[in-house]
Amino acid sequence: MNDKAQAPQTYEDLMAQALEMEREAVARYSELADMMEVHNNLEVAALFRKMAEVEGHHVTQILAEMGWAEERPAPRRAGNWGTPEAPETVPIEEMHYLMHPWHALQLALAAEERAVQFFDALARTTEVESIRRAALEMRQEEVEHVELVRAWIAKVPKPDDDWAADPDPARYID
Amino acid sequence: MNDMTLPPAFSAGDYKSDYKPIWCPGCGDYTVLGSLTKALSMLQRPPHEVAVVSGIGCSSRIPAYTNCYGFHGVHGRALAAGTGLKVARPDLTVVVAGGDGDGYSIGGNHFLHACRRNVDLTYLVMDNHVYGMTKGQASPTTEPDWDNKLAPGGTGIRAFHPLVIALASGANFVARAFSGDPNGTAEIIAQAIRHPGFSFVEILSPCVTFRPEQRGWRDLVHAAPVAETDDPARAARRIMTDDGFNVGVLYAGGRPVYARPGKADASLQDLARGFEA
Repeated sequence: MNDKAQAPQTYEDLMAQALEMEREAVARYSELADMMEVHNNLEVAALFRKMAEVEGHHVTQILAEMGWAEERPAPRRAGNWGTPEAPETVPIEEMHYLMHPWHALQLALAAEERAVQFFDALARTTEVESIRRAALEMRQEEVEHVELVRAWIAKVPKPDDDWAADPDPARYID
Repeated sequence: MNDMTLPPAFSAGDYKSDYKPIWCPGCGDYTVLGSLTKALSMLQRPPHEVAVVSGIGCSSRIPAYTNCYGFHGVHGRALAAGTGLKVARPDLTVVVAGGDGDGYSIGGNHFLHACRRNVDLTYLVMDNHVYGMTKGQASPTTEPDWDNKLAPGGTGIRAFHPLVIALASGANFVARAFSGDPNGTAEIIAQAIRHPGFSFVEILSPCVTFRPEQRGWRDLVHAAPVAETDDPARAARRIMTDDGFNVGVLYAGGRPVYARPGKADASLQDLARGFEA
């Protein structure tokens, strides 16, 4: 969380913010999976679909814990993160049609680490005890995600340096 | 009032069609589509009361990916079609969308006159400073020194400045947004649609295939340091001196909006008789 972020003032605010963050992550991972399916990169598509599922569990968890309905709208909080997108959202422009699962997992890892940093900063700066406790809990869950993604990375081969070489490139090359 | 009390009748997803975009992975246009649907959800305009009109190019595929009425028209003529539609059906929310080649080159003259007419519609230009669909030629907004195989050493031609042209030509709302900030872009699009008259939003939307260096735009964009103004002279100074990466509403004016003339009082038969005389 950077200086521009508006820190939540109540426990409900925090959970609403967390809900929005997880929903945005689900939406983005689903979008990335669709994108890769269209371009026939099915292995990476399946991985993003899996990440959407993992983040979806967090959405369900928050809704259940707060007793909120599934269609509960997120409050409009543009700029609340202090960054253009929610910390756990993978930036679209990082995609490449030839990317490997290893690349996809690196992006997922970075997103999870940003989420850890977000809750960590929140726990350190808030003056509301219930928010501090909840932020630490959510930080711990994100740490578990980081470990999960690291374990996945250990199982996939790192691509060769020429992974993006395309015999029929879209781009003109001298 | 708690802003989480009632779910909106139309969520952003209600404005998306079942067609999956075929843009290159990493293209900024994906998030512009998301921002447009979020903006329409903020405004709660029923999808059947919105028309998305486009020309030709990668970004001009956008109507097919929405669940609104759509018109994928002729290259550079999106604004002509959109203007006609709005004048004939003022009850509709008309959003015209396209790219920098379609809007500033092939459709450049339509752009000037759409600004001048100030019809109440919103024009979104996904600007990536390149013709992507035709494999990477320089567009009107390409930097003069962009070196590539199709223009070795760069074109050497000064880049078109769409925001100042829009302001000078009579647009009533001028803003710049960035596809990497989808929530901020959604807010700007919603404000543009709400604002009366011709609203122009230039959206910096990287082409990662032909301009991979545009991934760096994320680090260059920044919020406009001053609030929006309704003074065209101040807006002009601001736009002419900015670095091209100021994001926000730069001008929101009160210029008179085009009003359709009153209904004709002569019938077609009366007019025909006039020719017979």
